[in-house]
This record gives sequence, structure tokens and C-alpha cells, in this order.
Amino acid sequence: MPVTLERIPGKEERVILSMGPQHPSTHGVLRLVLELEGETVVRAIYDIGYLHTGFEKSFESKTYSQGITLTDRMDYLAPLSNNLGFCLATEKLLDLEIPPRAQWIRVLLTELTRIQSHLVWLGTHAIDLGAMSVFLYCFREREEILHIFEAVSGQRMMTSYFRVGGLALEPPLGWLKGVEKFAKSFPARIDEYEALLTRNPIWLRRTQGVGYISAEDAIAYGLSGPSLRGSGVDWDIRKKEPYSSYQKFDFKVAARPEGDVYGRYLARVEEMRQSLRIVNQAMEGLPEGPVKADAPHIVLPERESMKTSIEALIYHFKIVTEGFHPPVGEVYQAIESPRGELGFYLVSDGSPKPFRCHVRAPSFANLQALPKMIEGRLIADVVACIGTIDIVLGEVDR
Amino acid sequence: MAADLETNLALQKLREYDPEAVEDARTFRDEVTLYIRPAHFLRVCEFLRDEPGLKFSFLADVTALDLYPQEPRFEVVYHLLSLQTAQRLRLKVRVAGENPRFITALPVWPAANAFEREVFDLFGIIFDGHPFLRRMLLPEEWEGHPLRKDYPTEGYR
Repeated sequence: MPVTLERIPGKEERVILSMGPQHPSTHGVLRLVLELEGETVVRAIYDIGYLHTGFEKSFESKTYSQGITLTDRMDYLAPLSNNLGFCLATEKLLDLEIPPRAQWIRVLLTELTRIQSHLVWLGTHAIDLGAMSVFLYCFREREEILHIFEAVSGQRMMTSYFRVGGLALEPPLGWLKGVEKFAKSFPARIDEYEALLTRNPIWLRRTQGVGYISAEDAIAYGLSGPSLRGSGVDWDIRKKEPYSSYQKFDFKVAARPEGDVYGRYLARVEEMRQSLRIVNQAMEGLPEGPVKADAPHIVLPERESMKTSIEALIYHFKIVTEGFHPPVGEVYQAIESPRGELGFYLVSDGSPKPFRCHVRAPSFANLQALPKMIEGRLIADVVACIGTIDIVLGEVDR
Repeated sequence: MAADLETNLALQKLREYDPEAVEDARTFRDEVTLYIRPAHFLRVCEFLRDEPGLKFSFLADVTALDLYPQEPRFEVVYHLLSLQTAQRLRLKVRVAGENPRFITALPVWPAANAFEREVFDLFGIIFDGHPFLRRMLLPEEWEGHPLRKDYPTEGYR
């Protein structure tokens, strides 16, 4: 039996409505059970698990390097952020230092990921609320970023480009031209979205005061990312616990005091501008040097050196057939994914496969605030509230 | 970073507040893990959340480990974050393998709701006092708890 709401005696006239899992505005396979009085939502619960694939179990039978490919498939709108979280956690476990060039390229690409993820959010959020054209514009720009990903990794979405110890390979010559072109044209594009929405009376009526959540509640429910900052909490892991040399970049944390759908909209739009600033700084100051750490027992050797060096051949064989052995221990590494705090909790028993890999998925925690946002509001606002917490069900269900 | 256990503020304050509460303390890669005795758990949580200077108001994550065939078999793991001091802390509680039960942290952190349901679903640990402890990711009629170590990766055939 799927999850449902029990009827309250004496309130039999209320309608119990099952919304989803096949519903265009549920952004995947989210199912909601709503108790309605007229058009007002009295109670709401959510039902998830339709995309559950047991990633956390799968991690335990894969080596650390193989695990990277699983992370792409969780938050499929931000694969590079997931790659980064997993790699950083493994590197912390190994106590491995990453060369600056690799760190900067990681920053550059994860910020592009943030922009493209926010573009999908903005496009789908707007189409949910009746603004069709924004959707088309957002996907046009997103395509440019996916082209950049394809240029560096060969894949548009399932990139697996970050590896333990650095990057899979040096990006191809001339890839920065594509980034430059995008960075030049994008500020005007953000202005365009804002011209369509920010002062649009219909947009304001649909978003202002809707889905309100106070700062105290946001913290208590474990909200993170733009959903937390939209309630006025100045918290960004990139600033407070910098990883991958974020401390060297100059950007503002986009917190908004409103706490409603509109506030979170403004926070995310501002975040796109700030991400673009980081991308520009990363391009300007991109250091030269290797993109892989000097750790032959962990990082795969260059193909060429395997033809001349027996050590390289042996290391290659060992890493591919067996994997590397991190010390016994446990680490938790959190990064600021486009949706909030993405944490990887890795436990090692000294073998080449993780004893346990748990993913703290931001969407999973953010979803908890949804019933609170929609109870007492109209059913049309439900759609606005699902859009505003920006969930990805692949990550919720894992 | 409070890598050294002796200088860790949370541990010091906790020892002053309740000398019995901390069973064991460990540190690895600058991360502090405190093993809390189950009977003291809720008081400790409230203290950590409210104490000025600590303010672990944000429950980032709850999960579990299955140490099968070791006994006590399970460890429930809490990841706390203080938005004020930007410090993190890991709490662990040992839970026996036979009929595993623990108490819910919901009164202290409402965020525990979904996390505990997930742990119940995938590990079969029951959280007493949880208002809606039902399967979450798996169907109601599913047999077994997949993240236990004695559950085969391919499932039961």
C-alpha cells in the first residue's frame, strides 16, 4: 500500500488527493498526498523512493575510483558537484594534496555546473507558474554550458571528470574560448530573465508571500543552500569552510531576507551572477602545472609512460585490478552544491572499497520543509513551492 | 580547527556538564567523533544545541553503520554543524544488534525526521518516539534492510 493520509472523523467532506508521481510539476517522481478543503491544502505528506537504486549499497562493492561514476547519477543536474564532493572526501581520507591547476579547474567547472543547474531550476520553475518563454531561454544557455562539459569530458551530463587526485585529463586546447564566449554573453542573458520576471506583476503575485519559512524553521528543518539563504541566513560552505581553494576567490553570499518563493528566486538569480564572477576570476588566474597529484599508487599513470616504465605499468595494473588502500578512518566532507549542503560520509576499513559511503543529499533534507510551506495554502501554490526548493529526485531517492 | 581532543571546546564543555556522557572520543583528519552513552543522549543533544559558544543548531545528517558480526552491531551517526562557529561534530551511539532500538532526536532537531526514517528503512533500527516511522525509500512490503552487511548486494533471490 502506498502512503496515504488517514481521514479525520467528522471531516469526511475533505478530498484526499494523490498528486504525482507522474506529474509534470513534481520535477521527477515526487508523490504528494494532499488533504483538501475546497482548494486549500489542510495537510500534506510526501512519498518518495520511486527512483531508489541503492547507490549507497553499490558503493560498498566498488573501488573508490569506480564509485565516482555513481555520483554523477544522483544529482543528474549537477554531476560535477557530486564528483567533486566524492573526490574531496576520498582525498581527505587519503590526505592527498591536489595541484593548484586542478583545484582551479574544479572551481571553474563546478561554478558552471551551478549556473546550468540554476538555469534548469529557473526554466522549470517559471514554466510551472505560467511563464513559458523563460524556459526556452534558460535551456538555450544551458546548452552552451553542456557543450563546455562535453569538450572537457566527452559527456554532456554524466561527466565523471574529476578523479581522486585531480582531473581525468588536461582539458583540450582552446576550451577556455568556449567558456569566455559564454561568460561574455551571459550577464545580458540574466538581465533578460530578470526583465521577464523580477517586476512582472503575475510573477510577483504567484511568488511573494508564498511558501514562507522563517530563518529558525529553516535551520531546524535542515534546509541548506539557496533555500536557507532565501530565509536570510548568511551561510555558504564555500565561504565558511572553503574547499578546493575557494578562499582565493572574491564573491558575495547571496542571502535574502524575504523567506518566500520570491526571496529564494532572487537569491538564486544573484547566485548565478556571483558564480559568473568566480568563473571569470578562475579563467584569469588559472595556474599552469599538472592536473594530477604526484601519487603513483593512487593516480593512474600517463599512457605514454606505461610503454617505457615498468613501474608505471605495475601501478596501472594494481590500481585497475585492485584499487588503492586508504587508511582506516572516517571522514565527512561537505560542499556547497547548487541545492545546498552535499555531504559525503566515507568510512574506510583499509580495503580498496569503502566500508560505507553515505550521501547527505541536500534535496532530501530540503524536501522536509515542503509540507510546512504548503499547508494552509491554495493548491496552485503547491506547484510554486515544489519549484522553489529545487529538488532533484535522483538525489532524494539515491 | 580543533584537531586536538584536549582543546576541543565541545568535549571540554560536555565533560563539565555531564562527566558520564562521553564514552570515547576520537579524532581523524581534524574531525572529532564523540561516542555518547545512549541513556545520556537527549540531554547531550539539547546541551550541544543551546550552549553558548557551541550552538550546534543544525543537524546536517543522521546515518548508521553496521559493524556485523561485531557486537554492539550498529552505530548511529549524527553530524552536527554550528552555524555560529562553523564547527562540525560527529556523535555516535552504539546500538545492540538484537532488536535494535534507539530514541528519536526529533524533540531536539526536527530535521531528524526524514533521516531517521531512512535509517529505519535501510538498517532496521527503530527510533522510539518517532511519529511516522515507516518505510521511505523501499516499498512497505519489502523484506530485509539492504544496508545491513548480511544483506547481499544483489538482494535475496
